Amino acid sequence: MTHLALLAGPAPAAGAESFADHTRRLGARPWGNRGLIDTIERAGLVGRGGASFPVGVKWRSVAERRGGAVVIANGAEGEPLSRKDQTLMALRPHLVIDGAMLAAEAVGAKRILLYVGEAHGSAVMALSRALAQRPAAEAGRARVLPAPPSYVAGEETAAVNFVNSGVAAPTAIPPRPFEQGVDGHPTLVQNVESLAHAALIARRGDAWFRSLGVNGAAGTVLLTVSGAVARPGVVEVASGSTVDEVLALAGGVRGTARAVLLGGYFGGWITARQAGTMALDPKGLRAAGGSLGCGVVSVLDEAADPLDVSARIMQHLANESAAQCGPCFFGLRSLSAATTRLAGRQPDLGDLPKLHRWAAMVKGRGACRHPDGAVAFLQSALSVFEPEFAAAAGARGAMVP
Amino acid sequence: MWIDRTKCDAHRLCAELFPESIRLDDWGYPIIASGPIPASLLPHAQRAVDSCPVLALALRRVARRA
Repeated sequence: MTHLALLAGPAPAAGAESFADHTRRLGARPWGNRGLIDTIERAGLVGRGGASFPVGVKWRSVAERRGGAVVIANGAEGEPLSRKDQTLMALRPHLVIDGAMLAAEAVGAKRILLYVGEAHGSAVMALSRALAQRPAAEAGRARVLPAPPSYVAGEETAAVNFVNSGVAAPTAIPPRPFEQGVDGHPTLVQNVESLAHAALIARRGDAWFRSLGVNGAAGTVLLTVSGAVARPGVVEVASGSTVDEVLALAGGVRGTARAVLLGGYFGGWITARQAGTMALDPKGLRAAGGSLGCGVVSVLDEAADPLDVSARIMQHLANESAAQCGPCFFGLRSLSAATTRLAGRQPDLGDLPKLHRWAAMVKGRGACRHPDGAVAFLQSALSVFEPEFAAAAGARGAMVP
Repeated sequence: MWIDRTKCDAHRLCAELFPESIRLDDWGYPIIASGPIPASLLPHAQRAVDSCPVLALALRRVARRA
């Protein structure tokens, strides 16, 4: 693990940093205000939960509304390939809490919910203990709320719905959480890594944050590296680092890389050759129409069957549909079944053209973006593994029925 | 025309009553043409909205183009 900013300080083996050690190392946090929102905008910080939305814009949209706001620090981390949020919460709980407090002060919120995946035991424990170490005035404003272990529980309307009704399923928009969230109040739902960055930017300024990036990018980014690498795990790298540099940090590729899954189950495959020199810059990738998603970098080696791996991911995404919207529930089931048949080299008549048709049909037709994420993933598989899909389909699977 | 996808249960009445803008996908759920509905079709659109058994459809006013 590298230790640039968020993970600077004691080694991971030391576990959660105490409030005393945190304050000694970084100094007391400043008070959050509107000026901090300007600073965060100048820093160029974008959200690290997956959508890469500008953090300053999000805070401002909540700050400009009337009525006691609520902050949800989102550490649900339902993405199966991601570990970075739970690692951050387990090792630097006070940085996350600082960020949540600063956000609450900046947007005028009185209540903070630390929404943490209930399966991420060390993160839940670290945040609960950390909260107990804070001054009473701070501890009284926040509480830890375990999130159900589903993929969509971290979607922001699902987080709000869970607080309001106990059901972690997305709701139709509008209203968005910043308009009408917890108990009808304007609500900021912000990923825990984004909040931790804000806690450092508040202390050190926007110029400091920008200076951490390379190749024109700003700040650092937490990544979860997995698959065919020697040392899988969480790394913190300068934003703008290339995929090759990140894979070197993870001990290098085992075998020969065929493709890299960037951004996790909602991300997409890119060929290993294209990935190598690609700059991992959340803001730059968003501007280019791509996405770093939640920072997953997973390597598929030549020996693995890309269709089998892709089919398993589609099965997971289909099962994780909240089953509220027909096009998502039935569409992803159909897409998953056809992908699985192709991966088994036993396609039904026309399975391959059906995948293309259904993918286009499902896109944009859910209350949340779950179907869109699943379809984007599948379309990347169809493109990067086009020869494999064509071979698996054969004459029968390629026929247009 | 706005749809609450979490409510829609594929009763399919809307596509019968307003085929000019609504067709069905392979699973029986409505695909609604994007963009504003021409004034001449508004009665059809309203009929589709009123007939939805689960009240999943609504018409929303859009700003008139200058």
